[in-house]
Amino acid sequence: MIDVDPSLVNWSRAMFAFTAMYHWIFVPLTLGLSFLCAFYETIYLKTGNEQWKTITKFWMTLFGINFAIGVATGIILEFEFGTNWSNYSWMVGDIFGAPLAIEGIFAFFMEASFFAVMFFGWNRVSKGFHCFSTWMVAVGSNLSAVWILVANGWMQNPVGMAFNPEKARFEMESFAEVVFNPIAVSKFTHTSSSGFVMASAFVLTVSCWYLLKRRHIEMAKKSIVVACVFGFVASCFVGFTGDEAAYEVAQKQPMKLAAMEGLYKGERGAGLVAMGIVNDVKSPGDVQDPFFFEVKIPQLLSLLANREFGSFVPGIDDLVWGNEEENIMGVNTMMEKGRYALTDLAAFKEAKKAGNEQAAEAALARFNENQEYMGYGYLDTPEEAVPPVFIVFNSFHLMAVLGSLFPVIFGAFLFFTVKGQITEKRWLLPIGLSTALLGLFAQQAGWVTAEVGRQPWAIQGLMPVKIATTNLSTTAVQVTFAMFAVVFTLLLVAEIFIMLKQISIGPEGH
Amino acid sequence: MIEAPAKIFSFYRDGFRNMTVGKTLWKIIFIKLLVMFAVLKLFFFPNYLKQNFDTDAQRGAHVLEQITRHVN
Ligand code: HEM
Repeated sequence: MIDVDPSLVNWSRAMFAFTAMYHWIFVPLTLGLSFLCAFYETIYLKTGNEQWKTITKFWMTLFGINFAIGVATGIILEFEFGTNWSNYSWMVGDIFGAPLAIEGIFAFFMEASFFAVMFFGWNRVSKGFHCFSTWMVAVGSNLSAVWILVANGWMQNPVGMAFNPEKARFEMESFAEVVFNPIAVSKFTHTSSSGFVMASAFVLTVSCWYLLKRRHIEMAKKSIVVACVFGFVASCFVGFTGDEAAYEVAQKQPMKLAAMEGLYKGERGAGLVAMGIVNDVKSPGDVQDPFFFEVKIPQLLSLLANREFGSFVPGIDDLVWGNEEENIMGVNTMMEKGRYALTDLAAFKEAKKAGNEQAAEAALARFNENQEYMGYGYLDTPEEAVPPVFIVFNSFHLMAVLGSLFPVIFGAFLFFTVKGQITEKRWLLPIGLSTALLGLFAQQAGWVTAEVGRQPWAIQGLMPVKIATTNLSTTAVQVTFAMFAVVFTLLLVAEIFIMLKQISIGPEGH
Repeated sequence: MIEAPAKIFSFYRDGFRNMTVGKTLWKIIFIKLLVMFAVLKLFFFPNYLKQNFDTDAQRGAHVLEQITRHVN
């Protein structure tokens, strides 16, 4: 038995999840709204029409509010790494510390220069340079998401590094492998494009509110056209990048894919669940049906997972107990190898302490044979490697359903606005009004899929969360959580209040 | 030569002076950073390894102990 207090682990991860989800309210809006501002301003630059300038300035103000409230909320995640996840931080700090610090400095200079021009530079610098600065802010904001996603991608698929037992650290072996890790690449494309969808949805929501109130109608219509073109293209792209993400998950984290689809018994020609109600009391290996009800599209999961109809997609049971026929090693076998790795790691440590270099070297050689299974050695049971299926299935399906809805919504609004009929189609406006909320749900559901779906791992296959946590008292973590929750709830209330006030003032407030 | 820094200075000075909603936002940013660094970081989020160990070698040894403490 591993003597880690489960409530400590759960409070530490709850706090981290809460911080990340809070942070992620602001990030996607920043990623997308920065580009929308650049589009509006470019149209102003090309047409010279002052109305586009008013539009640009209005959305820039909302961008600024979102940025100001969201900025630095991510730093809390870094605090938590140092306090609650010190084992993990130590083990990977060598690799990600420097790039994340460089990114911080880069962001600071970008904000102090282009950001300042964007907000202070109207009538002070040339129109062209102002517009260029807005574009730079958009490009820079999106680039600053790269490193953190590379770090996250590495945790999901730890490539390009080797574990050095002497320092208890992962050390870089191939920078290119880390950066071009397929999971990191798909994360960046999916995350940034989903941010574009989020921001387009936000513009649509605010504009629909004006149309419903019959205020700023021209501005709202113009804003909608640009946002819907961007939103439509981005939401189609999100479908592609999402498909790519799912393929990569299938290849690198098959357990996550099985949970996303509630697939317990692997099969050839597996179908994709289009709709379903998961049986939340089912456990791996039992005889219960995984679903109370489900509608499957035949063969589609095999195609999504392996790019091949009729291919085998492993289910949770196959992954937990292995499937010889399909050449799948089970968690039970990996646990055995993992235990060997840990025993040899402990032997290495003891030999080093005793100054017995020969024994240390022998233990290290044995450790290296099984080191890729190291994390499995910490598991108490094979079933521990299964993430919470109910949450992962539902979050994935919520995101995918919303993902199919967005192109339809953006397409419909674009169509009716261009045809000049949007003000007559009043039944459409409440749908537009709710789009930002739907976007936010899709965003949060995406991260829930990605992160809950990889439990119990902090680093896939190498380190479970219960080993990554610092051995603190649960009460200390609970107090911090409460404190943090109060501060951040106040901040969120402030943001919503200022944002709503600015929206109600409208573009003429400039 | 003197002109460029002076221009940049007046650019920022006028920018800050003419802010409207920006003034509220800066206040929020300032309070937020103060709470984050002077309260949260100081009292609630100490860096465990930095606080409890002096050298990297000690930190590495501690983490190695932590990740092998379950092995019997
Ligand atoms: C049909 C459409 C979609 C598919 C097939 C899809 C697929 C996926 C998959 C498989 C993941 C998990 C990736 C991983 O664990 O590495 C993911 C994550 C995510 N999704 Fe989606 N998604 C879709 C639509 C959307 C939409 C519409 C949004 C938001 C507007 C969104 C936002 C996210 C976010 C923020 C993440 C977490 C970051 C990441 O892991 O890339 N997705 N998506």
